Amino acid sequence: MATATVIPVEREHYLNKEYGIRSWLLTTDHKRIALLYLLSITFFFFIGGFFALLIRLELLTPAGDLVQADTYNKLFSMHGQVMVFFFLIPSIPAVLGNFLVPLMIGAKDLAFPRINLLSWYLYVIAGLLMLHAMITGGVDTGWTFYTPLSTAFSKTQVIEAGLSIFVAGFSSIFTGLNFVVTIHRMRAPGMTWSRMPLFIWAHYATSVIQLLGTPVLAITLVLVVLERAFHLCIFDSTCGGDPLLFQHLFWFYSHPAVYIMILPSMGVVTEIIACFSRKRIFGYSFIAFASIAIAVFGFLVWAHHMFVAGISIYSALVFSLLSYSVAVPSAIKVFNWTATMYKGSITYTTPMLYAFGFIGLFTMGGMTGLFLACLGIDVHVTDTYFVVAHFHYIMVGGAVMGYLGGMHFWWPKISGRMYPEAWGRLAALIVFIGFNLTFFPQFILGYLGMPRRYWQYPAEFQVLNVLSTAGSTILAVGYVLPMVYFLWSMRYGKVASDNPWGAAGLEWKTASPPTTFNFDETPVVTWEAYNYDEIPAPEEVAVER
Amino acid sequence: MFNNFPLWPAGASTNAGDVDALFIFLLVVTGLVTIAIFFLIVAFAAKYRRRKGVQAEQIEGSMPLEITWSVIPLGVFMVIFAWGAVIYFHERTPPRGSTEVYVVGKQWMWKLQHEGGQREINELHIPVGRDVKLIMTSQDVIHSFYVPAFRIKQDVLPGRYSYAWFHATKAGTYHLFCAEYCGTQHSGMIGQVVVMEPAQYETWLGGGPASGTLAQNGEALFQQLGCNTCHRSDVQGRGPNLVGVFGKPVMLEDGRTVVADENYVRESILNPTAKVVSGFKPIMPTFQGIVSEEQLNQLVAYVKSLNKPAAGVAGTPNLNNAETQNQNPKVQ
Repeated sequence: MATATVIPVEREHYLNKEYGIRSWLLTTDHKRIALLYLLSITFFFFIGGFFALLIRLELLTPAGDLVQADTYNKLFSMHGQVMVFFFLIPSIPAVLGNFLVPLMIGAKDLAFPRINLLSWYLYVIAGLLMLHAMITGGVDTGWTFYTPLSTAFSKTQVIEAGLSIFVAGFSSIFTGLNFVVTIHRMRAPGMTWSRMPLFIWAHYATSVIQLLGTPVLAITLVLVVLERAFHLCIFDSTCGGDPLLFQHLFWFYSHPAVYIMILPSMGVVTEIIACFSRKRIFGYSFIAFASIAIAVFGFLVWAHHMFVAGISIYSALVFSLLSYSVAVPSAIKVFNWTATMYKGSITYTTPMLYAFGFIGLFTMGGMTGLFLACLGIDVHVTDTYFVVAHFHYIMVGGAVMGYLGGMHFWWPKISGRMYPEAWGRLAALIVFIGFNLTFFPQFILGYLGMPRRYWQYPAEFQVLNVLSTAGSTILAVGYVLPMVYFLWSMRYGKVASDNPWGAAGLEWKTASPPTTFNFDETPVVTWEAYNYDEIPAPEEVAVER
Repeated sequence: MFNNFPLWPAGASTNAGDVDALFIFLLVVTGLVTIAIFFLIVAFAAKYRRRKGVQAEQIEGSMPLEITWSVIPLGVFMVIFAWGAVIYFHERTPPRGSTEVYVVGKQWMWKLQHEGGQREINELHIPVGRDVKLIMTSQDVIHSFYVPAFRIKQDVLPGRYSYAWFHATKAGTYHLFCAEYCGTQHSGMIGQVVVMEPAQYETWLGGGPASGTLAQNGEALFQQLGCNTCHRSDVQGRGPNLVGVFGKPVMLEDGRTVVADENYVRESILNPTAKVVSGFKPIMPTFQGIVSEEQLNQLVAYVKSLNKPAAGVAGTPNLNNAETQNQNPKVQ
């Protein structure tokens, strides 16, 4: 297939095949559903981001002066719930994964297109429930719903928020189910497991976690709702229950959930680094199996969130030891990405800048994870800003950087237009600087002993908090910019060719944007993944201006 | 300037030094690796940037390299794990003969009571150079007792005791925080730990209006609630004789054996039929809702004091063995 440089305006593709609101709300095209998700999660990202900014503004001064204590507690609770369940978990799988999984393996659609649409509708129902819970008083339990605070003491909308996340969980389960079946059954001829892009391996591992972990969260939330509504004494120690049981159940899902957020991002970064180094990925099978290892070991480490919660010394020892088993495959990935760049032919496009940022920030997030898995250190820093900084380095520095890198990388394929490269690089730089200024001071705050979820704090912590708040405003600019220029590019951006980056992968062998059924004829794969030696680099990868 | 901008927390316990040493080790090791990775990325990005006419060199991978960068990190991780485990084990094992302080957390304050009966709220006075063990419970939600200067933190749960201990090394006033989110005034559930020189501490102990020690108050309560009608100090009672029981293994009706620690005594008061001692009938009524957390602490302190000949009632001296209550790894 030759690379078309000019696309005739009248060519039919998934975006212009049909018009009208019905054609979107009843679509079963995985690409259109991906865009429905894109709109929805962007909406929730900015709600969650707005809460984050209010949190940072409150913390500008030691006294609790901007909002009331209860309001502050609701802000960080809803920031967490919105960002985790309505942005991070669906972000890459439901948008980029939905769009790309069939394209990358040479399929016409996902295995269950209607279930795919159903999963979006469940997401919307969950989102509406969450919005309703917010408007009618919000939730103040933290995103973690710890009992007995959530079951017997909080006076807020715990039941509605719990049900909302219960429904969102099924949306996530359906996405995972769809991916697993699709990857098993719908690969194009010749697309063997060892020829699949590592993005697919990452999504496969993610989907397995979604399938196995999310039902446990659903059960746990139902128990919280029942306990709160009918006082069943599941988590109440005065009548034979155990509040710690909740933490075990909650983290059994919520620790693997971290890998639901980060694994897809690792997949994105792998594609980007190979493309802009013009190289076959270093250690393909090690990166692939590292994804699976992370998914498996990720289920065995949950109690490292509970080293001071009141578990026995010996179970703490076991969970600390097992936690390091997740660190090894993570380290393998970082080393392989770095080695991929060796003797490459590297260009610094916007996606590549995000990939650099991802490796740097994920490395720091992972390294500080070693501190937290270490029993002696964890006792001091758990439940402080050290933990807050650590998981933001993983979830924002890692997952969100990967998401943004992926959005830029595949934007030409999704929209058929190029984003403005110079603006893209600028925004990537702003995000990187803003992120570090926001979250690095929090590591120091944590070791100094500032507990998390504090509405007011001792005056000696102020300087570092001011730095953090300053960083968050820079970060906000970095997040608004891409939204603005992506929208701008849909009308004014340069028309994208089928393969503007000269990238390997089946998704680049079809038109930009693709037709409804992705390929005119089913592709037959006769080459290994990342065959960059066989693909000429485009003359003008990055438009300088 | 640095009063308002500290970069390292005060350290005021033996544990603080241990934790800091490991923390610095981790900072150095992870810092070096992180810098190495950053350096390689920047170096590769610069050295191998795209040039006209230069093609990338395709490399499949390298088994020796993969093994190297899997095994060496694993080795380093094991060192970190082991070092951290040693510190944790030490932190979680209160030494024998520690001074005991009972802590009750509630929304949103800390209530503390010393063995001598002195009560404090959001403030804990302790001497330099002595092992202090905290026996903690909550009367509502989960809280967490956190003293950054000692590098200790322990969640405080409703319905059971959890423990922490420390050995203060430097006089001064340090933050006491609640570290587990507990509702509206979570950030207001703070206080201070005042570490005093022993002489000053003695003065402080003598100054307060303590009305009887914890154990004496417990004994009064024991009689007031009528516990002593069954738990007699001879073998005639309908309940077990409690003298010398604390810290010892107890044989239960169902054949299991449990150690009579604080949590067992507590459970036996609130839920008496849960673990009935072998040879006795499950006839004791529950005291759930009748005794407060503080009164429970007094009762526990009293039962404990029955091991010590001087403080006990006219018990049976031959049952008094060496104290073993701090040797139980199963606590918490």
